[in-house]
Amino acid sequence: MKQSDWFKLFLVIIVFVIFGAYAVDAFLPQQTLENLPSFMPKKVINLGLDLKGGTHLTLEVETDKALAGILQQAADNLKKQFDSAKIAYNTVEVNGKKASIDVTLMDPNDSNRALDLIQSNFGNFETKTTPLGITMALKPKIALNMQKEAVSQAVGVIRNRIDQFGVAEPTVVTSGTRDIVVELPGISDPERAIKLIGQTAVLELHLVDDSVNIENALNGQLPPDDELLYQVVKNPTTGEITKVPIVVKKVAVVTGSMIKKANVSFSSNTNQPVVSFELNSQGSSAFAQFTSTHIGKRLAIVLDNTVYSAPVIREPILNGSGEISGDFTVRQAHDLSIVLRSGSLPAPVKVLEKTVIGPTLGKDSIRSATLAIIIGSIAVFLFMVIYYKSFGLLADIALMFNLLIIIGTLAMLGATLTLPGIAGMALTVGMSVDTNVLIFERIREELFHGRTPKDAVELGYDRSLITIIDTHITTLITAFILYQFGSETIRGFAITLAIGLIANMFTAITFTKVVYDALFSNKSLKKLSI
Amino acid sequence: MLHIFKPGLKVDFVSKFKWGIYLSLFLITLGIISLIIKNGFKVGIEFKGGTAIVLQVKNNLGTGEVRSLLEKSNYFKHMSIENYGNTSGQYLVEIPLSNVNNDILNAEIAKSFAKYGPNEYQILKVNVIGPKIGNDFTKKAIIAVLLSFLGILVYISIRFRYNFAVASVASLVHDVLITLGFLSLFNYELTLDVIAALLTIVGYSVNDTVIIFDRIREKLKNDPKLSKIDAINIGISETLSRTIITSSTVILVTLILFLFGGSVLRGMSFALLIGFITGTYSSIFIASPVLFLFKGPLLPEAKKQDVAPEELFKRSYKIE
Repeated sequence: MKQSDWFKLFLVIIVFVIFGAYAVDAFLPQQTLENLPSFMPKKVINLGLDLKGGTHLTLEVETDKALAGILQQAADNLKKQFDSAKIAYNTVEVNGKKASIDVTLMDPNDSNRALDLIQSNFGNFETKTTPLGITMALKPKIALNMQKEAVSQAVGVIRNRIDQFGVAEPTVVTSGTRDIVVELPGISDPERAIKLIGQTAVLELHLVDDSVNIENALNGQLPPDDELLYQVVKNPTTGEITKVPIVVKKVAVVTGSMIKKANVSFSSNTNQPVVSFELNSQGSSAFAQFTSTHIGKRLAIVLDNTVYSAPVIREPILNGSGEISGDFTVRQAHDLSIVLRSGSLPAPVKVLEKTVIGPTLGKDSIRSATLAIIIGSIAVFLFMVIYYKSFGLLADIALMFNLLIIIGTLAMLGATLTLPGIAGMALTVGMSVDTNVLIFERIREELFHGRTPKDAVELGYDRSLITIIDTHITTLITAFILYQFGSETIRGFAITLAIGLIANMFTAITFTKVVYDALFSNKSLKKLSI
Repeated sequence: MLHIFKPGLKVDFVSKFKWGIYLSLFLITLGIISLIIKNGFKVGIEFKGGTAIVLQVKNNLGTGEVRSLLEKSNYFKHMSIENYGNTSGQYLVEIPLSNVNNDILNAEIAKSFAKYGPNEYQILKVNVIGPKIGNDFTKKAIIAVLLSFLGILVYISIRFRYNFAVASVASLVHDVLITLGFLSLFNYELTLDVIAALLTIVGYSVNDTVIIFDRIREKLKNDPKLSKIDAINIGISETLSRTIITSSTVILVTLILFLFGGSVLRGMSFALLIGFITGTYSSIFIASPVLFLFKGPLLPEAKKQDVAPEELFKRSYKIE
């Protein structure tokens, strides 16, 4: 054997050992893995949701609404600055569609001063003067960053909520520009999960403005710093649900970001489950100051724009704690406390897609797909040995080597095995012998043209190589496109297909040739078993 | 030595091309007629939005009984129901609503089956897809298939020549058309898995075509005076046993996947089965005729060189 052949043999053994170690570990139970010596990789293959069952959600973050909130803040801020700079304005309005703020001034002569003020204090905005005043719009790059920020913030909040909820190995990832994919293995109650994940959870305490006549408020006559909210009340005997209007001050006394702790407890009066919360130091001091100056007034507890309760402040609350009572079950109170602890979402989320897969479907699928692989492999194995004899056996060993590399690579990459992925493996079984058939047929042709066995083998491998590279690259192109376009499960298929193809270049060409060389290169063969 | 064909076999394929083209036109027309009669493709909910439920029902309640049980509920007013895969007692129920609350859905199904009790059925899978995501998938699927054509067109143009590239892509379009026609003919739904299968078919079919084209090119490089008809006939004939053998292993495995692979993979493996068969056939009877139809020589005229053809071949591909 030549020196380069020894090197190749060495390479084959290294590849076999490394991928073999990963492939063996991939299917071992956790307990056995822990007892293995430390040099073993100990990585298992993750099964896709379609195989182990669970809930899959695609959520869209309504980033427009996050932007609208930011614009509103800027508009409020601008009004204040206009007031202190003594610039009189007619309107400062948020234009949600154009993501801009439209300003009209009382005195057109103030225009330059206003423009200077905006340009120096609102660096994130581009200004444009219009016949009526000034339009300021978020710079496109900044708006895009803010949207991205909102999505990644939402991912963080959702992950936090799921972790506290207690799901083993959840997945929360962004997909596209504003979608979030959530996978919850083993969870078959999507509505509860959606409520937990999708609740915006903006908690605010507002002072109730009892001086306003409710009738007038319903007709739209509201003082500018008030807003109209509703409390949902359930009649305990009839179960009838009514919406009670309440007018509150717009400015919140305390917001959810000041919450330090939230827990389920039981109301001392009704023994109903409630969510009790504790504020951080900033929140408690604001709360203490406010409650001591507003005794006898009502305070509305508002969660996502719905009033849960509006108790009367009887005494100053100095320890910064409070409770939210509603018609909760223990489970609902538990979920709400998680949501409050983990903070609010920067924007509402919308469910685009939800899938619930029961555990039995996955088990059935694994069983039948594995059966198909085994039957398929046996059929192909037998055919190759009968048709190509010793060389067929060599190709069969190469095929098993290929499957080993696929499994090993999946474990190494921490990739997810899905049902189409298993189908991809089955296909690899069929396709990978293709390469060997191509080489062997070429060898046979060369033999037919009267070459010596040794030359026929060399030429067979040499001349097939170009074709094999071309065919593999074209198939890899489609696998790549499939990966780019595919959903979670389809990606699993594209990955196994691609790994199978690349591994095949190694096992069907290098591996079979090395074994042939090691066995026969020093002997003068009279006849090939092909 | 076992042989499917005797070595040195030469078949005059070029003279038989027209029969292949007639057959393909017939099959494609059949698909189009099926599509017209059935008013377009049956698409899975991932493309149109809605809710799909996979139910496992015991005691051999037939499709009719399950339908009449469910139809009592308002939720299932506009439902469609069919057997799911090849497992008995599994049903795929689809409703056009995409604002379904799972809790209510479960309660409605329980109410429908109240007569038989809760152990009678099992909900294997519920998939709710909003209309927006459905649109996305359709767009992506079309782009993916077109991109794969483009990718292969470019690659083969670089590695061979534009006439080879156009011929390969023509056969790929043919394979996709026939597979889609058969899916419609045999009432299979167009799902994401099936789209994945289409792309795999594209990858596999071009594989087969490239092997034949490679041989045609090799023959021409070794003997530039070879006529177009001879080059194509020899190219196909010499690779014929390889084509038959590898196609049969892949088709065999796919057939096994189709028969034993379980309900979920049923549509995908059907598409693969049809696609692999047409893919093998089209390399000979579509790609090669289209290549033949291009006017002028297959490859640019080679310059006169005093190098042995074999050496020339090796040199041009940098084989050491």
